Amino acid sequence: MTTTTTPDLPTRISRLADDSPVRPGRERWRSVLRTSLRHAAMIVAAVLMIYPLIWMVGSSFKPTELIFRDLSVLPTEWDFSNYATGWEALSQPFGRYMLNSAVIVAGCLLGNLVTCSMAGYAFARLQFRGRNLWFAMMLISIMLPIHVIIVPRYIMFQQMDWINTFWPLIVPKLLATDAFFIFLMVQFFRGIPNELEEAARIDGCGHPRIFLSVMLPNAVPALATTAIFTFIWTWNDFFSQLIFLTRDEVRTAPLALRLFLDPATGSNWGPMFAMSIVTLVPIFLVFLFGQRYLVQGIATTGMK
Amino acid sequence: MTALNELRTMRRKRGEPKIAAVSDLRKSDQRAALAFLAPWFLGLFGITLIPLVASLALSTTDYDLLTSPTFIGLDNFTAMLTDTRLHESLRVTFLYVVTGVPLQLVVALGLAVLLNRGLRGMTFYRSVFYLPSLLGSSVAIAILWRQVFGEEGLFNAFLGLFGIQGMGWVSHPDTALWTLVLLHVWTFGSPMIIFLAGLRQIPEMYYEAASLDGASPWRQFRSVTLPLLSPIVFFNLVMQVIIAFQAFTQAFVVSNGTGGPSDSTLFYTLYLYQEGFTNLRMGYAAAMAWVLVLIVLVLTAINFWASKFWVFYED
Repeated sequence: MTTTTTPDLPTRISRLADDSPVRPGRERWRSVLRTSLRHAAMIVAAVLMIYPLIWMVGSSFKPTELIFRDLSVLPTEWDFSNYATGWEALSQPFGRYMLNSAVIVAGCLLGNLVTCSMAGYAFARLQFRGRNLWFAMMLISIMLPIHVIIVPRYIMFQQMDWINTFWPLIVPKLLATDAFFIFLMVQFFRGIPNELEEAARIDGCGHPRIFLSVMLPNAVPALATTAIFTFIWTWNDFFSQLIFLTRDEVRTAPLALRLFLDPATGSNWGPMFAMSIVTLVPIFLVFLFGQRYLVQGIATTGMK
Repeated sequence: MTALNELRTMRRKRGEPKIAAVSDLRKSDQRAALAFLAPWFLGLFGITLIPLVASLALSTTDYDLLTSPTFIGLDNFTAMLTDTRLHESLRVTFLYVVTGVPLQLVVALGLAVLLNRGLRGMTFYRSVFYLPSLLGSSVAIAILWRQVFGEEGLFNAFLGLFGIQGMGWVSHPDTALWTLVLLHVWTFGSPMIIFLAGLRQIPEMYYEAASLDGASPWRQFRSVTLPLLSPIVFFNLVMQVIIAFQAFTQAFVVSNGTGGPSDSTLFYTLYLYQEGFTNLRMGYAAAMAWVLVLIVLVLTAINFWASKFWVFYED
């Protein structure tokens, strides 16, 4: 046997490396190193990003005095009472505030889905006088700061006796003022092949039928994106709810949450964290199940 | 791809001849368009344009909701010149925008580039990075921030590991604003997704050509990625500046509505809210709102002007 002539492993490797012009061994070692480094960087970044969130979840099960100066996520003693206390801590049970938020979200969903898709259809598929002008106005209104119209709107809604009702928050969506979603629908409708529309037209369909039976069924991803963003933005909205809702029985979840920060009574962190988690759960669920549409929606329209 | 590009192409096409004669088939469009756009028209005039004009009129009055408005000309605007809290709020907001927006975009771009080149588990990382940008504007997260950067908070506990004695970051006027800047950076997920979508549009062959020429990864990033991505960077910049200038919730919750400590987190919109809806100075708030529009317009115009020097359009 010729085993005696075979050199030991390191020598063989280094000889191979010297002989080969591209040095595959070293190259591969390098690329493994590079990939691992990138993964390490990603994991560190991900942990840094998410740690406060996970910590808040963990802390909501700790007694308030143990929340302070405690780095660990897992509670040393599990305390579920924060949720019970927090739920009843304000003048209404917290479920009432959640319900108020849900009612507003439902109204806004209905409004945005119906009216923004209608307007989107007109802009994408119909010829009418002044279309470019209106279209430009619609695009510009996306960027208009809400603050410049909120004061007159407040005065207007006050005279209509709508303060402390949900109407000031829902009616604008019923009137398609969330132009961002119109734009999203326009983008999508433009991509639907003309042939589909022509075929329906030859079959004698008018615009309402084309819209309902050709356009909408083909625009499900855009509708889903609209629904998801409407949900999240309305659920998170604070500014306009703060302005239009001041009475306790109409307060929404974010408004109620803020009451926990009352400087007079001192903040009760345990129950406050617990209720914070409660308000974040719906968004998290939407994120979990609607992620594909979220990512698509942002990528195609590039907003928020 | 974006609302901005749409406007850009519309402007470019302005001189072109109009497409002639709408076909007979399309005659019904006119009426249909009116019907489909009815809610939008109602909204545009009823609760956008009319309030917009009303707000301009209101800005020349003194109005507290209880008594009828009195005309005071430009007094609201001249009063703004000597309003030191207003100046402080402008300073705070500019500082927030000028630091928060670029930092957020740099982080978003950096991670997008790292994620883009076929990293396994990419969708998982993407989700983790994206989640905060959905939660970031909520009251719950602002509350969390208040705790994390409080005297006894998570951040100080972390510093304690290295034997560093922290301070009450949100309660100190020198640092409170920076915690909000950090919160803004934390929500880098959505610009990152837009960058990722843009990166995917860049043909792989550009990189192959560049690496054949011996370009290092850094060189490839500077000479291929950045120029081709610059329209998207520009779009993100414009939108984020507009959004950041109107930041409200986080400052409101972290400072419990005061804009403190000593006005260090008094964002412009927060001051507007205080004047309009706490002190019921509706006229003054309307004037402030118009100044906000003007500032946003000017910032956007500057962005557009500056884009000539660094944004590269392929077409």
